[in-house]
Amino acid sequence: MNPTRIRAYFIAFAKGYLRNPIGLFFTLVFPIILILIFGAVFSNTGSSAVALYVENLDHGSAASVAFLSALNSTGAVQVDVVSVPAGSSFPSYLGTQGYSAGLIIPAGFEADLANKTPVDIPVYTNPSAASQAGIALGAVAGVESAFNLKLAGGSTVLSSTQYNVGSQIFTYIDYLIPGLIGFSILTSPMFSMVNISSTWKRDKLFRQLSLTPLTRSEWLTAAMVWYVLLAILAAFVMIFVGRSVFGAHVSVVAWMFPFLVAGPVLFVSLGLVAGSVSRTPETAAVVGNVILFPMMFLSGTFFPVSSFPPYLQTVAHVLPLYYVIDGLNAGILFNNTAGALRDLLVVVGVAVVLFVLAVRVFSWRER
Amino acid sequence: MNAAIEVTKLEKRYGAVRAVDGIDFEVHAGEVFAFLGPNGAGKTTTVEILEGIRPGSSGQVRVLGKDPWVHGRELQRLIGVIPQDFHFFPKLSPREAIDLYAALFGVSASARNLLQRVELDDKADAMFDTLSGGQKQKLGLALALVNDPKVCFLDEPTTGLDPRARRAIWSVIRSLKAEGRTVFLTTHYLEEAQLLADRIAIINLGKIIATGTPGDIIHTYGRPERLRIDGDPRMVDRLQREVGLPVLLEDGAVAVEIRGKGDAVKVLNWLDTSGFAYSSFRTSQDTLEDVFLRLVGSSDQATLELSPEGDVT
Ligand SMILES: Nc1ncnc2c1ncn2[C@@H]1O[C@H](COP(=O)(O)OP(=O)(O)OP(=O)(O)O)[C@@H](O)[C@H]1O
Ligand SMILES: [Mg+2]
Repeated sequence: MNPTRIRAYFIAFAKGYLRNPIGLFFTLVFPIILILIFGAVFSNTGSSAVALYVENLDHGSAASVAFLSALNSTGAVQVDVVSVPAGSSFPSYLGTQGYSAGLIIPAGFEADLANKTPVDIPVYTNPSAASQAGIALGAVAGVESAFNLKLAGGSTVLSSTQYNVGSQIFTYIDYLIPGLIGFSILTSPMFSMVNISSTWKRDKLFRQLSLTPLTRSEWLTAAMVWYVLLAILAAFVMIFVGRSVFGAHVSVVAWMFPFLVAGPVLFVSLGLVAGSVSRTPETAAVVGNVILFPMMFLSGTFFPVSSFPPYLQTVAHVLPLYYVIDGLNAGILFNNTAGALRDLLVVVGVAVVLFVLAVRVFSWRER
Repeated sequence: MNAAIEVTKLEKRYGAVRAVDGIDFEVHAGEVFAFLGPNGAGKTTTVEILEGIRPGSSGQVRVLGKDPWVHGRELQRLIGVIPQDFHFFPKLSPREAIDLYAALFGVSASARNLLQRVELDDKADAMFDTLSGGQKQKLGLALALVNDPKVCFLDEPTTGLDPRARRAIWSVIRSLKAEGRTVFLTTHYLEEAQLLADRIAIINLGKIIATGTPGDIIHTYGRPERLRIDGDPRMVDRLQREVGLPVLLEDGAVAVEIRGKGDAVKVLNWLDTSGFAYSSFRTSQDTLEDVFLRLVGSSDQATLELSPEGDVT
C-alpha cells in the first residue's frame, strides 16, 4: 500500500465521478428530492403510530382513561389495552407477543393524582426496535409533562423511570432523514461498483491499471475512501435540509460516523461481488438491482420497519441496510448508544465478510 | 546480441481453441520486431502473455530475463504497453491521464512533452470520451512511454488511423528505436512491418510460419523474379519450348521466371525475333504482401511443408 499512489488514483477517481452527473445525482440530488417529496406528503399527516400496549392496573379509572386518550391524541402512539394472562408478568408477556412498547398504569393511579402523590409509570421498550421505543417514550414523556403542568402548576407529580432514550415526539421527517442517509450509503457505492466491476472489465480498464504499479488493494482503498467521504457529505446535506426545510429533530452526532464508514465499505464490497460474479455488464445490472431494490425499500428507508407487517419485518432483519438505518436512528434520534453499538457490530461483521469475499472474487487479471 | 524477449514452445489454449500453438522466437535488444498476422492469428494473445496479463498454457517466456506472469510487478516498470482497442477513463483528459500514470509509476514525466511527441498537445485538456479513435491511440502511445520503458509492446497501434496519423505514429516508433528501446509491434499492415521492422515473424492460426528480415522472408518464401510481357498469350508454349524457362500466364500477362539478367536478355532476344506482338515488358518481384498472402492463404499445408530453404508452390 503506497499512499502516493492511493492519493493519485483517488483524485482521478473523484474527478471521473464528479464529471459524471448521473453519479452525483443519485448520491446527493436524488435523496434531497426524496426528502422534499416525502417530507411534504407525510410530515403533516403524522406518522404511522407505534402500537403501545397498556396494562391498566387502575381498572379503567377516569384519570387513566384520560391519560391514555391523551397518548392516543399525540398521533405518535396507538394505545392498546391488554390483559396479561395469570402467571405471566407484563414485560415477559410483551416479549412473548413480540410487542415492542408497553406501559403499566399502576393501581391507585387516579387516587395518587388526586393527592398529588408522585406516581411512577413503568415503560417497557424493546431495545432492538429503537425507533418504536423512542416514539413511545417521547409520547409518554410529552403527555406526562402536560399532565404535570395541569395538575401541579409545573411541579413534578408524574414521572417515568426510563428517560435516557429521547424526549421529543418524533415526526415522520425525523425518521426519514436517517433512512435516506442509509439510502445514500446503499445506492451510490452499489450502483457504481456493480457498474465499474463489470464495464471496466469489458473496456479493459482494469487491465490498463494492472500495467501500472497500482495494486488492487490500493484501488479498493481509494474507492472506499471516496464513498465514505461521499456518505459523510450526503449525511451532512440531508441533516441540513431536514432541519432547515422541515425543522427535523436531527443533528450531527458522533455515533453516525462509524456507520458512515462501515456502511460504504459494506456496500462497495457487495457491489464488487455482484459485478464480479456476473459475466456481462447487463447481467451485472440485473444482479445489482435484484439486491438493491428490495434492500432499498424494506430496510426502513422511507417508512419505519415497525410499521411493516410482521413477515416483512422478518425480511428486513436479514438486510444489512436495516442495521445501518436502525443504528443511524439509534445514534441520531435516540442517543441510544447500546442499540447503535449492537447495530454497528452487525454492520461491521457483514462488511468484513463481504470485503473478504470481494477481495477473492474481484480480479484484474484474465486467464 | 542479447535477447530482450525469448519465447520457447509457447502454447495458449482456450478449451479446444489453440490461440497460440507452440511458437518460438527471440527479439533482440534494441530492435523493432513486427508480429504480422491476419485476424485471430494469436498476436494479441501472445503480446498479453509477454506483458504478464495472461499466463501461457505451456512453454517458456522471458522478457528482460524474467517470467512476466511471475514477475509482472517488476517488469511493469520496465515495459510500456499500448493494448489493442486502447480505452481509458472517459472523464479524464490526456494531461490528467499522463499525470496519473506518472504518479502511479513514481516518475516525473512532462505531459506537455509526451503529448507533443505523439502530436496530441492540441487535445491535452479534452475529455477522453470526446477524442477520436486516432487521438485515443495517440494517448495510449504517450501513456506507454511515461515510465521510460526498455521494451515497448504496441498491439496494432495504427489500426483505424488515417494516413497522416499513421505516419506520426511511425515516426514515434522510429524514435523509440533510435533511443535504444526494443519495440514489439503487432500489425496486419505489411507496409508498416516492412517500413519499420528490423525483423518480422509471420503468425497464422497460432503458429509462426516465417521469421527473418523483410528481405530474408521475400527471398526465402517469394517466387523467383519474373519478366512480365504484355503481349500475345499464344506465345507461351513456343517460348517455353525454345527458351527453356518456366512460363505462365499471370493476370493476362505472360510471365517468365528468370534467374538473372542473362535470362532476361535471352527472352527479349527471342521475343524480338519470334514476331509475336507485345506492347510492354517489365520485371516483377514478390512483395512482402505477395509472400504474406501466399503463406497465410495456404498455411494449412504451408505450416507442415515449409522449411527455411524450401519454396511454396
Ligand atoms: N478469452 C478467450 N477465450 C477464447 N478464445 C479466445 C480468447 N481470446 C482469444 N481467443 C481466440 O484466440 C484466437 C487468437 O486471438 P487473438 O486475439 O490473439 O488474435 P489476433 O491475432 O490478435 O487477432 P486480431 O488481428 O483480430 O486482433 C482467436 O481465434 C480468438 O477467437
Ligand atoms: Mg489482436
